[in-house]
Amino acid sequence: MTPTTHDEHEVTVEPRFVIKPKDINEEISWAQINEDVLGSLERPRPLYWVIFFGSLAAFCWGVYCEVYQYRTGLGVAALENPQVWGLYIATFIFWIGMSHSGTLLSAILLIMHADWRKPIYRFAEAMTTFSLMTAGLFVLVHLGRIWQFYYVVAYPSERWTWPNFSSPLVWDATAIGSYLTTSVIFLYFGMIPDLAICRDKAHGFRRTFYRVLSVGWKGTDWQWANFRVTYLTLACLLIPLAVSVHSIVATDFAVSQQPGWHTTSFPPYFVAGALYSGCAAIITLFIILRYTFRFEQYMTIPILEKLCKLTFAISMVWTYLNVVEYASVWYGTDPYAKQALIFRATGLYAGWWWSMNILGSVVPFALTFKALRTHIPTMMVVSLLLNLGMWIERFMIVTPTFAHGYYPWTWTDHWWPNWVQIGIILGSFGWFTMLFMLFCKIFPSVSMYEVKEMVYHRIRARKVPVPQPAPSAPQPAES
Amino acid sequence: MRKYSHVLALFNDFEAAAHAIAALRESRLQGFKMRDVMLKSPIDHPECAEELGERPVYIQLFTLMGAVLGSSLGFLAISAAQANFLRQPRGGFPLVPVPPNMVITYELFILGAVFFTIIACYVVFWLHHDKDVLYSQEISVDKIGILVKADPSAVAGIRDIFTRHHALEISESTDAARQK
Repeated sequence: MTPTTHDEHEVTVEPRFVIKPKDINEEISWAQINEDVLGSLERPRPLYWVIFFGSLAAFCWGVYCEVYQYRTGLGVAALENPQVWGLYIATFIFWIGMSHSGTLLSAILLIMHADWRKPIYRFAEAMTTFSLMTAGLFVLVHLGRIWQFYYVVAYPSERWTWPNFSSPLVWDATAIGSYLTTSVIFLYFGMIPDLAICRDKAHGFRRTFYRVLSVGWKGTDWQWANFRVTYLTLACLLIPLAVSVHSIVATDFAVSQQPGWHTTSFPPYFVAGALYSGCAAIITLFIILRYTFRFEQYMTIPILEKLCKLTFAISMVWTYLNVVEYASVWYGTDPYAKQALIFRATGLYAGWWWSMNILGSVVPFALTFKALRTHIPTMMVVSLLLNLGMWIERFMIVTPTFAHGYYPWTWTDHWWPNWVQIGIILGSFGWFTMLFMLFCKIFPSVSMYEVKEMVYHRIRARKVPVPQPAPSAPQPAES
Repeated sequence: MRKYSHVLALFNDFEAAAHAIAALRESRLQGFKMRDVMLKSPIDHPECAEELGERPVYIQLFTLMGAVLGSSLGFLAISAAQANFLRQPRGGFPLVPVPPNMVITYELFILGAVFFTIIACYVVFWLHHDKDVLYSQEISVDKIGILVKADPSAVAGIRDIFTRHHALEISESTDAARQK
């Protein structure tokens, strides 16, 4: 290799002057933004219909399985002692977890003034809402006796039936109900200016539909001032609510005496896992929407990169909390919890346990490579792997614990859900995807007014002259 | 009943709209008040809206009321249902289990605040809503509108100010015309 000689005409560019790729094309006109987003409501790519009808078929299969289980009894779902929760509760936690990143992306980043969230937060909020609706279904499915659902709701005991107010299951019903209500309100309220745009462009029935939903929005300064304060207030209320919901779900486990669950780190562990799986799901949906609705100008690679970095950071928090849990059990004084941990790593479910750790803690390192982060097909695969890892995490929380509890006579050396459970879980994915795709077809999945604000403020920031340092005070003349 | 006219001017950008608002304020024209001047825009622009003067927002007050009512309902109603209305054989446990009730109180505290916030905002929207007043669909795309409610005698002066500040389009309606 020959030594390189320095060219005297070579211009060295300081790193601070290297132009970074922009989150969004700042030259895009506001009219173009309206046209692109409203166009997505009319003519998606054919893949949209493939996904929609595929998810509809999965949903129908899930309904068939549920009807069969309802008519025949929970026994057909292979729910037996000690595996009384099966995959239903594991998948319930998975869907609750998915719902958290919509709040993270929308509310927390709103308060932090991270404007790169603007083109992508709307679908993340929709994801929150539909995930919660799906999670709620699992409570009903798991009950078996659906008509007795009201027993888990905190209500005055006028009939001398006693909801156990000390049970986290009652808290759960209150928390999830509040979170779902607030999430729907937050999603809808943030859409009002965009619904007015839809109203102005629509005809016939659609115009009436959007006119009712846009509640007379005309973009006046009164409306904007109240809208801004209301939206920020709702965001501030939503964040503690989101944290409380998954903490309470964690408490369902942590207050029990089962070895492996009785851990104080469960609530933060659940919240971190929730944010993690939600971020991975956002990446998946980002890629799907970007292609199906031709949103390449809005769901850009720099924004995808930021999402990946956020996901990686959260994955490391989750990994840390995992290590904390293992270490506290390993060095603790509870031999049963330690035995449960050893059983997970070496017993019947060892393959799943190792898969969870590899998918959840090792695969995220792919997000640290720019070449991988910016390659869409790779990111699709990675995000699906992360989602799979997080689903396995929930499976590992529920199933091995029941398989290896305090009583040796309940230990199981084989358990796997049958087709009814798997069908219902497949149906839940179909239900979620179907609702999500319908939402994206009926409502603008990119926030038009916020993208306009983003473009406007970035251009204005470029025009602001750089403040010059104040002239230094004259030095006193030396005597 | 006194008859008013409404004048709506469209501008290309916020700077032009802000200059027009400033000119309206400094014009000393009789027949309208700055309170009756309204900015309509496709995005929120607090700096430009500030030119119109203070627009008080009372939403947080309702949020506070909702939070107080929600938490009161959460704690008092549920506690009362467990402790006072019926006797519970609780085997020595306290009649009002404070920690679990606090969790439900916390959830209803937030839910009450959310409900009152959104209701308050809708009430404000409704109070400031007049479906017959001039509106242009261009405002939802990329134009900035200034709407002035004024005495018919002031309309000519207002139109003149808008024209001098390069308004793209000026439209006008009167109460009498709208009632038809």
